[in-house]
Amino acid sequence: MTPIARGFFGKRRDAEYGDRLPPGQYTVKDFPVLTFGPTPHTPVEQWSFTIKGAVEPERSWTWEEFRALRPETITKDIHCVTKWSKFDTVWGGVSVDTLLEGLTPTGAYVTAFCDGGYTTNLPLADVTGGKAWVAYDFGGEPLEPQHGGPARLLVPHLYFWKSAKWVRGLEITDDDVPGFWETNGYHNRGDPWLEQRYWGD
Amino acid sequence: MTDWRTASLVEKRQETRTAATLVFDVSGWPGHRAGQHVDLRLTAEDGYQASRSYSIASPPENGNVALTVERLDDGEVSPYLVDVMAPGGELELRGPVGGWFVWDTGDSAPLVLIAGGSGIVPLMSMLRHRAARDSTVPTRLLVSARTIDDLIYGRELARLEGRDDGLEVFVTLTREAPDGWDGFTRRIDRDMLADVTWPPAEGPSTYVCGPTSFVETAADALVSLGHDAAAIRTERFGPTGT
Repeated sequence: MTPIARGFFGKRRDAEYGDRLPPGQYTVKDFPVLTFGPTPHTPVEQWSFTIKGAVEPERSWTWEEFRALRPETITKDIHCVTKWSKFDTVWGGVSVDTLLEGLTPTGAYVTAFCDGGYTTNLPLADVTGGKAWVAYDFGGEPLEPQHGGPARLLVPHLYFWKSAKWVRGLEITDDDVPGFWETNGYHNRGDPWLEQRYWGD
Repeated sequence: MTDWRTASLVEKRQETRTAATLVFDVSGWPGHRAGQHVDLRLTAEDGYQASRSYSIASPPENGNVALTVERLDDGEVSPYLVDVMAPGGELELRGPVGGWFVWDTGDSAPLVLIAGGSGIVPLMSMLRHRAARDSTVPTRLLVSARTIDDLIYGRELARLEGRDDGLEVFVTLTREAPDGWDGFTRRIDRDMLADVTWPPAEGPSTYVCGPTSFVETAADALVSLGHDAAAIRTERFGPTGT
C-alpha cells in the first residue's frame, strides 16, 4: 500500500507533457549544474580530443581540427538523475559516428575521460548510430565552462551524467569499466525510461 | 536499493523562517554515511506522484533520518514539507544515495566545510557525526547566510564549537548583520577563503555545498589558492542563469 501524503496535491505542471517525461522526472526551464568538484577551465589552445585504446588506428584532433569536422545541430530533451528534465535543448557538435569514420574499434565499450579526472562508461552501441555527439555549442553560443565547455559528450537518451563535461576523449575498452558515478552508487547504464538511477535499479 | 520505504514523520521543527527539519522513522532503514542524500516520493489522494532529492542532516549514529528542507516559493514538494506535513504523516523514501560527497572520522586530514545557505545540511551531518564520535580532527566551517535569522543550526553550531574539540566556525552574513557582529559581512571570496582555510600543504579534505554560483566561486578560489582540485568535493543545487 502506497502511503498517501495527506494534504499533498502537487502543482502538476508537467501533466501536459504526458509520455514525453520519463518516470520520476519534472521539467525545468533553467539549466542546473551538477558536478563533483571544481570547474576546469581549459583554454582551447591546450585542448585536444583523442580516441584511443582498443581501436585501429588511434586518432587525435586539436581544437582547430575538431572544429573543422562536420558539425550537426542537435535538438533533444535531456534528463538528469537528480530528477530534472529539460526539453528541446539545442546543441552544436560533432557526431561520435563522424569521429569514428575510418577507425575500427575492436572493443565493445567506451570510457569517456575528461579534464578534472571525471570518467563515465558506456557500451559502444550507446554512442554510435546517431545517438551521441561531442558538443561545443549550447543554444547557439559556445558552451560555458560550468556546463562542460569547451566541449562535453552528449548522450541524451541516457541520464545526463553520461554526457561527460570537459570531455577530452574516448577510450575504447574490451571490458566494461565502471566510471566515476558508476562506482559511487549510480547505475551502470542509466536509462531514464527504465529509471535506472542507482545500483540495483 | 530499489525499494521505496515508508517514512513516518515523528518530529518537525522550524529552523528559520523558510527552513524546517523533518525527522522520519523509516521502516528498515539500512543506515547512511554523513553527506548522503535520499529520494522522497509523495503520493496525492488521486495517485499523482512527485519525487525530489534531499540531503540528510542527521549523523549515521542516529536511527532516524532527519532532513532539513528549505522552502522554495515556486517549489512543488518543499512547500508541502515545510508548511503542511505534520507529525504522523507518511511518505515514501529511498536511499541512502551517493558515495562521493561523504565524510567519516576515519579521514584524519584537516576538514574544511564551506556552505552557502541550506548547503549546510549535508555538512551538518558530518559535524554531528564528528561530535558523536568524539573526533578531534581539526575542522573549519565557513557558512554564508543572508542574515543571522537565515542561518540554519546557529545555536547548535555555537554549542559544537564550544566543545573545544578542534572545530572552528566562521559565519558571513551577506545582507544584514546585527549590531556588534564581528564575523564576515560580505559574499564569499578568495581573501575570505585564504583567511579561513589551511594552506594547501596541510592537505585538507574540502567539501563545498550551496547554490551553483556560490560553489563555483568557492571552488574556483580554492583552486587559485593552490588547493588540489581532486581534494575538493562539491555539491551544487538550484538554477543557473542559462
